[in-house]
Amino acid sequence: MEELTALLNGFAVALTPFNLLLMLVGVFLGVLIGVLPGLGGANGVAILLPLTFAMPPTSAIIMLSCIYWGALFGGAITSILFNIPGEPWSVATTFDGYPMAQKGHAGAALTASFTASFVGALIAIIMITFVSPVIANFALRFGPAEYFAVYFLTFAAFVGMSKGQAVKTIVSTMLGFALASVGLDTVTGRLRLTFGFTELLTGFGFLIAVIGLFGIGEILLTLEEGLSFRGARARLNLKVVLETWRELPRFWLTAIRSAAVGCFMGVIPGGATPASFMAYGVAKRFSRDGAKFGTGEIEGVVAPEVANNAAGTSALLPMLTLGVPGSPTAAVLLGGLLIWGLQPGPLLFQEKPDFVWGLIASMYLGNLAALIVVLTMVPFFAAILRIPFAIIGPVILVICAIGAYTVNNAMFDVWLMLVFGAIGYVFRKLDYPLAPLVLALVLGDPAESSFRQAMLLSGGSLTIFFSNALVAGITALGLFMLFWPLISMALARLRAG
Amino acid sequence: MNDDAKQQRSAASRRTVELVTAAVIFGLGVVVIVDSIRVGHTWAADGPQSGYFPFYIGVLLCAAAVTTALQALADKAGGARSFVSRGGVLQVLTLLVPAGIYVALISWLGIYVASALFIAFFMWWLGRYPLVKIVAVSVGVMAAFFVLLDLWFKQPLPKGPLEAFLGLL
Repeated sequence: MEELTALLNGFAVALTPFNLLLMLVGVFLGVLIGVLPGLGGANGVAILLPLTFAMPPTSAIIMLSCIYWGALFGGAITSILFNIPGEPWSVATTFDGYPMAQKGHAGAALTASFTASFVGALIAIIMITFVSPVIANFALRFGPAEYFAVYFLTFAAFVGMSKGQAVKTIVSTMLGFALASVGLDTVTGRLRLTFGFTELLTGFGFLIAVIGLFGIGEILLTLEEGLSFRGARARLNLKVVLETWRELPRFWLTAIRSAAVGCFMGVIPGGATPASFMAYGVAKRFSRDGAKFGTGEIEGVVAPEVANNAAGTSALLPMLTLGVPGSPTAAVLLGGLLIWGLQPGPLLFQEKPDFVWGLIASMYLGNLAALIVVLTMVPFFAAILRIPFAIIGPVILVICAIGAYTVNNAMFDVWLMLVFGAIGYVFRKLDYPLAPLVLALVLGDPAESSFRQAMLLSGGSLTIFFSNALVAGITALGLFMLFWPLISMALARLRAG
Repeated sequence: MNDDAKQQRSAASRRTVELVTAAVIFGLGVVVIVDSIRVGHTWAADGPQSGYFPFYIGVLLCAAAVTTALQALADKAGGARSFVSRGGVLQVLTLLVPAGIYVALISWLGIYVASALFIAFFMWWLGRYPLVKIVAVSVGVMAAFFVLLDLWFKQPLPKGPLEAFLGLL
């Protein structure tokens, strides 16, 4: 068991008092970010990233990934107490979580959701522990054509899984790629799309885009809807927790099914949200109490929460092993790794085993820390939600502005953040997905360079993407995902006609 | 018509906004294509030129924009559905306009003072809080940020005349 030895070494790296403190701080900030409007996981990590530049990379990534775990846990708090999903993947949690809270079982719903989150994450981390070295080893054989095919598959998967208009996913992706190409072309040394602005020499900072699109866009949306928080009271005491824990083992089969859905979907980009809905649907179909789902069944809280945390956690598997993030937050973490000079991908496992296994070990500890923090501090987080928007709204905007400024110490970025905020608002209202835009912004440079290298190898012929079984398989799968909206439309017509 | 109904009236239909957005995206696509042709979008002696990859991005951007525009036109209900109500536009502008002024003030007053003013403005404008509470919250929050970011994390954030006066530069 090579992995277990590596993992134990990882625990030795992660288990320092300083790192444990960072875990608690990270998880706490993460839950806070998860419950506040305008500050999601991706945006929160983006704002805090510059503050970690001075830390050793392992400690920094431990804190930042713990923010992510915290946000994944925290999304459920607003779903259950306020019927407002903090993150898109907590929508399914509102179906049974909010009715439970209305009936006065908020404590049980929260306990079930946190425990389910922990179980989902744990199963996904075990999967990462044993599967990622295998994939990393396999990916060592990848050439530029294989890499480009993987990038292609990533974005094709977004198109294939988009609800609503698939073409809007293409618009978002292409916009991200276009923004990523702005600035100095490192291969030829020519300037692209800068139009004489020196601020654009280094291109658009994707952290700025994330802060604007997700942060400011969300605040604008909240303001327009005139949102007022009216929620159930949260009381969590040891008695409720223990009573709920006695009940939960009954749902072990639901948990395993949901975790399987989550792990599988999480590896595919944009998978956490569909995973939570799928797990809810599957649980409803197989459960003896399926008909009662939606009226406040504890099983209806367990299923989506296991799935979305499993998916959110497994999104880090392709990020670590291939350098392809599975979610916007994973994309921001990837950007952080690049800033620290760590190139995620198969070589990272060989060159920086301390870092990789320290991170994986910290996932076990971080999720345990998250479970403890949320179980003990729910009343505090619920109280935060009751702060009127007239206070919390401008404070969040100030935090976003500070975050945007600290990325490059440039005022230009703060203006840019406002522009991205307006774009994010319009896009959100018109159902353009934001996640592919952010991923394309991060992956634009590596995707372009692998495409160019592949073209150099083949002398400009696209047949290189079908030149061997591996790359042909990935490309074919990508094409299938890309045309899936058209295929499913045709199938539906056939069935109807 | 009473005030409430006026607030509810649509400021723009969803279809209009869809079409405007598609047009802007199409325009961006054209910009990308033109610039790619400027830096060269073909094959040079040493391989693909700078515009080789972005050229196709621009083409796809234009094609996708046209498709969304056609879909918006085909959607019969889109003309009737409201994108945003008048009240909604007002709400959004009450954030965007002060936010713009706030960002402009940062270069002049420094980020801490400008932020405190921004928070105070919102508490007065949206919340109608008593002056004591406004001052306590806005100054308190930014003082906490100053301790955290300047003293603890040593972030070089923009400062203004107040920090100079207090000798905190």
